[in-house]
Amino acid sequence: MTHWVTVLAFFALLVSGAEIVISHPRFYLGEVGNVNTKPLFTIPIASSRATVPTGYGYVMPDQNGWSRSLHFEAAWVVLFAGLVYVLWGVWRHHFRRNLLPEPGERIWPAACKVMAKYLHRAPPDEAEEHSYNVLQRIAYLKVIFILFPLVIWTGLAMSPSFTSAVPESVILLGGRQTARTLHLLVTVLLVLFLVVHVTMIVLGGFWKRTRAMITGRAARREDA
Amino acid sequence: MSPISRRKLITSAAAATAGLSGLAVAARLAQRYGLIPPDAAGAFCPGETLTYAAQRLLTAHAPARQFPRSMISKAPFANEVAPLGDAFQHMQTGGFGDWRLTVDGMVAHPTSFSLADLKSLPVQSQITEVACEEGWSYIAEWIGTPLHQVLHAVGILPQARYVAYFSFQPDWWDSIEMADALHPQTFLTLGMNDGDLPVGFGGPLRMRVPRQLGYKSVKYVTRITVTDSMKHVRNGLGSAEPEFGYSWYAGI
Repeated sequence: MTHWVTVLAFFALLVSGAEIVISHPRFYLGEVGNVNTKPLFTIPIASSRATVPTGYGYVMPDQNGWSRSLHFEAAWVVLFAGLVYVLWGVWRHHFRRNLLPEPGERIWPAACKVMAKYLHRAPPDEAEEHSYNVLQRIAYLKVIFILFPLVIWTGLAMSPSFTSAVPESVILLGGRQTARTLHLLVTVLLVLFLVVHVTMIVLGGFWKRTRAMITGRAARREDA
Repeated sequence: MSPISRRKLITSAAAATAGLSGLAVAARLAQRYGLIPPDAAGAFCPGETLTYAAQRLLTAHAPARQFPRSMISKAPFANEVAPLGDAFQHMQTGGFGDWRLTVDGMVAHPTSFSLADLKSLPVQSQITEVACEEGWSYIAEWIGTPLHQVLHAVGILPQARYVAYFSFQPDWWDSIEMADALHPQTFLTLGMNDGDLPVGFGGPLRMRVPRQLGYKSVKYVTRITVTDSMKHVRNGLGSAEPEFGYSWYAGI
């Protein structure tokens, strides 16, 4: 349930976030940055602002108004869905049972084994039908406990009001523009995860996996 | 696949009911404590209200971040403004001696201030960052008269809740709630980096609201109105920005 709410909100965030980036596709390090300062890097697209030199001689339509409102509303949805999920996961021991690597399991050898299996395109064994292998566990843990918190933190660090109440939120990151650049980079990592995640589901049998996700039950061998 | 059990159905229904009544109570409370922004409407109303209410409660009187003098931007960016016209140029030639700021609405003594009048009130300075909703930013020293001094000089009435401010440019105006209006860093800005405020940056008089994004810092302010509700001021949404899709509250 929280997964599908997050999927919907994440796409809203992605689209609206891209729209906002179009108004200033230049990224900087430190506290300040504007068209009069040197960017760290520039995304080579036209901008929705005539004041941004892009070399395209073309100004895209301004879509920032609704994009900003949608971005923040979807961020609230992700925040609430994330809280519900994490509380549920702690209560039902989901993280300890299904996501932390098995006790005593040595991560690197196990990860290499799984990797080799993927490369040979071997079918998943019985245990994997019902639980996650070590690579999946590490990837999911990173997304849940590192990338999502980071993307929320770097987002809040761009809010002039939030940073007035909690200045450390932006000082620790090294400045407002660094926070903005990190917000983009973490988003790129999340999108990379999404691509791999969806690819694996397609390879693993789309309907079987999706049905399992919605009902919460793995199909028995003979059904598949 | 097993069917959804009755117990699960009942629990879900109970949870949904509790959630909905919780939302209704929250909405009533938000209304009562003035935590709903004047432009709240439509699909984005829940998000905008949550953001505004959460940030109002969290930030209260917190000051915007201040920076050391060494961090003042060497090349601040003025952003573009629509042409200001002949009447403005005429005043500029005269050194803005004719510039007037009228303060009216729910005040004991409606007053018209010249720039010299404003400068005769205690002038302060702050080194704060202007952050545009587009993503860029710069730091400058802003010299001006804190808005609360002007409001005290004219005597705001107890029922006052919002301060609306209007630009010399006819369609440019905005408003802030009393907590922001009385905030010590909300300035009627007259100077920047030890000089007069350049026209590109909003000179001769710019409202500076450092705890919100740049667009709340309206340039060329000529009039201030104190009111208890934004419903009857111009478009009724508290700002010109919602007409372009931008929200009234810009603390994020």
